[in-house]
Amino acid sequence: MTSLFALVDCNNFYCSVMRVFHPELNNVPVVVLSNNDGSIIARSNEAKALGLQMGQPFFEARPTIEKYNVVYFSSNYTLIGDMSARVHSTLARFTPNMEIYSIDEAFLDLGGFKGIDIPDYARTIRNTVRKWTGIPVSIGAAPTKTLAKLANRIAKKSEKANGVLVLTEAKHLEAALKRTDVGDVWGIGSRYATKLHSFGINNAWQLANVTDAFAKKHLTVVGLRLVKELRGEPCTDLEIEPPAKKGICSSRSFGQPVTTLNDLKEAVAVYASRCAYKLRQQKSACRVVTVFIHTNPFREREPQYYNTKTINLPVSSSSTIELVQYATMALEHIYRDGFAYKKAGVYITEIGPADGAQMNIFDRVDRSKHASLMLTLDQLNKSMGKGTVKVAAEGVSPIWEPKAEFSPPCYTTRIEDVLKVR
Amino acid sequence: MNTEILLPSETVSFVLLGRDTETKFPLFAARVPAGFPSPAEEHIEDRISLSSYLNGHPDATFYVRLEGDSMIDYNLLEGDLLVVDRSLHVRSGDIVLANVNSEYTVKKLEITETGVRLLPGNNKYKPIEITEDLEFLVWGVVRGVARRIRQ
Repeated sequence: MTSLFALVDCNNFYCSVMRVFHPELNNVPVVVLSNNDGSIIARSNEAKALGLQMGQPFFEARPTIEKYNVVYFSSNYTLIGDMSARVHSTLARFTPNMEIYSIDEAFLDLGGFKGIDIPDYARTIRNTVRKWTGIPVSIGAAPTKTLAKLANRIAKKSEKANGVLVLTEAKHLEAALKRTDVGDVWGIGSRYATKLHSFGINNAWQLANVTDAFAKKHLTVVGLRLVKELRGEPCTDLEIEPPAKKGICSSRSFGQPVTTLNDLKEAVAVYASRCAYKLRQQKSACRVVTVFIHTNPFREREPQYYNTKTINLPVSSSSTIELVQYATMALEHIYRDGFAYKKAGVYITEIGPADGAQMNIFDRVDRSKHASLMLTLDQLNKSMGKGTVKVAAEGVSPIWEPKAEFSPPCYTTRIEDVLKVR
Repeated sequence: MNTEILLPSETVSFVLLGRDTETKFPLFAARVPAGFPSPAEEHIEDRISLSSYLNGHPDATFYVRLEGDSMIDYNLLEGDLLVVDRSLHVRSGDIVLANVNSEYTVKKLEITETGVRLLPGNNKYKPIEITEDLEFLVWGVVRGVARRIRQ
């Protein structure tokens, strides 16, 4: 295990991405909306200062947005995804080991860098990411992941830290723990925070100093690990190879209510094919496919319907063709006429390695043919662009696609969308 | 040929698909060979790639489309795709993508003892003197240009 973990976190990532391409938005309040423009999922510091909340419905926030001329965008996950890949790939140059923790966070191994001034090095990382990608990041480094997360939080908030905080000396660690509320410790949810407050444990320093027995009793084994990490004993290492996912879900709210079985079929086919693609990316296959559909629970006056169907596959599969077929069967089983559907999804479970799949004597599917077909499909879609080849069931221009009215262009992935300059 | 299988009540009964159902997916009717060994395999080199020729660091490289005629003297024409590299250290004499008062502009950057100027490549336009009251940033250095002759 490394002796020094650094957590690099992009500041207000979605908003920062917009600012890269729109420098005029610096110092202006900016928010980014979720799929379907339903709610706020990212806020610039100026937007936070106006009291706009994470997850706040757009319609509710709209008066504030209009009053203060807050600039708002739909989320463009293609653009966000590419900018995230640029940040991660830039970070990878600075460390032998890295864990991509989320779209806008990564843990870097900065242990064993002899003769290098770590705060200086961290500032170089920060400046390079900023210069190359335009994205501002904060860096917290410490002997455990939990402490690195805590350092990062302070790095982001404290003016003095200016985006970089390295905690290795005991007195600095103590001061940092003392100024962090238990509720702000990574892994302590609001329920545990309330519980800890009732025991008089208010800051992270107090939490680090409880007995092991106390931690285990009140916070379970997971909590004990967390307490140990706060004391500087690393309990979790970098996860360099992300573990194969146990369940994969693909679902979306529709841009407009969907009433016909055909439109639902198209949506479900798209979701099933996304699941199949993800399975193939991690070289897995699944045994169980679940489909769910439901109406809009917020439209109380309209008839409501929710149902889900699970199908066990005879043989594990990652073939788009097969998963689409089974998902369609499940959908046909639960679909009822006369409802305005708001959302559908496909969930796959019982995921195992693709090559360890159990055979079935009734299996009539030519598995090697499917496998080479899928390989070709993935290669075509990779080289010619996403969605170049798909199964016919996915449809061509679906009406159910989520609406994103204020979506920014795909500046970095589509040549017709690049910035126009004079 | 189809085989019916009955599953526990939690799940639906379904038909295990036989070969004949594959005709439902005409897109995939063709057989795809899984690959064959080639005598040239050991001599394969990557093909010449224009993007690796034009681009610097891929993580720091962005493309923009040039409009207008302000850079014709530098052989940059309307419709050109400019390759902008953010990782390059900015030097006087570089053609840069700058942002002046919230407007993007591609110009030649001139840094002298008397100040910073953005020079157009067309005498129809005037140089832009960068004064303190302007909001100015160099977004990236134009490293290359791609142009199609035949559309």
